[in-house]
Amino acid sequence: MEAIARLIAADPTPAELKNNAAAASAGYAYGLAAIGPGIGIGYLVGKSVEAMARQPEAAGMVRTTMFLGIAFTEALALIGFVVFILLKFA
Amino acid sequence: MIALKFPEMYEILVWKDLFPTFNKISLIAVMAVVISTVIFLLAARQDHNEAPRGVRNLAESIVEFIENGVIMQTMGRDGLGWTPFLLSMFLFIYLCNVPGIIPFLQMPATARMAVPLFLALLVWVIYNATGIKHQGFGGYFKSTLFPPGVPKALYILVTPIEFISAIIVRPFSLAVRLFANMMAGHILLVTFAVLSEALFQAKDKVLIPVGILPMFMLIFLTGFEVLVAFLQAYIFVILTAVYIGGAAHPEH
Repeated sequence: MEAIARLIAADPTPAELKNNAAAASAGYAYGLAAIGPGIGIGYLVGKSVEAMARQPEAAGMVRTTMFLGIAFTEALALIGFVVFILLKFA
Repeated sequence: MIALKFPEMYEILVWKDLFPTFNKISLIAVMAVVISTVIFLLAARQDHNEAPRGVRNLAESIVEFIENGVIMQTMGRDGLGWTPFLLSMFLFIYLCNVPGIIPFLQMPATARMAVPLFLALLVWVIYNATGIKHQGFGGYFKSTLFPPGVPKALYILVTPIEFISAIIVRPFSLAVRLFANMMAGHILLVTFAVLSEALFQAKDKVLIPVGILPMFMLIFLTGFEVLVAFLQAYIFVILTAVYIGGAAHPEH
């Protein structure tokens, strides 16, 4: 409660405003960047498991391709994470 | 209330110099090189007619993993000449990742941008040089920028995309993937360690048992980081193999 009262009472300086905006947008940046890759990786791994269950003898090849696909999809989320760090700490 | 104080970014990632120009990151990188060299030197001293045991067993299984798990899956038999390069790359990255979970080291060397960036630029130079060597300068750029089987009019669209993806995005995403994965894992571990420490030292006695929850999460995440350290090294090497294979034999 004390912290909230202090927040309401204080008149934020421009530097504080900038910090607050940076922290908030850092959160949004990572949150939004995680949506697409989340769906993509779920779809990708699901389909790979399906393929491996149908043809267990091709499992090795499917697994390699799956990791490649995950690597490419995941890169988008990780770029979001780097943006988060840059906004928050740089 | 608990006194939760997250350490500054500078404190998590930047280490004091052990002696001038040599800090913990450099120590881990040097150790990675020394350990991987020593493993193979010791393995080479054993008689190769006997059944492998000890260190030689380890070394042979690593080589076999690179040959069967990486090269045969992506480049085929022609690529087996790349084994030494990919092997040393894999071992270096893996041994740089693993200190993130070793007590008292607790820092993956690849969580500083310089290490992955240098490795990615090295890979970039090597796959471009391989393409130029195998297909000639004109041939390499023709097969990269003007992929066959595309209608002529679409080249206006395809060529810039191919240029950006093959020349700029590939090394960037290689470097950022490795860096961000290790960095994210490191920050995650720090977060849960700080949280459980703050709860264990809370003034309110009710909160002390709650500290077990982040503690369990910390243990679980440490186990997860073991997997991530291996997986990132594997993905880096397999992407390198795909890029080199693609530059050497464009029709695939």
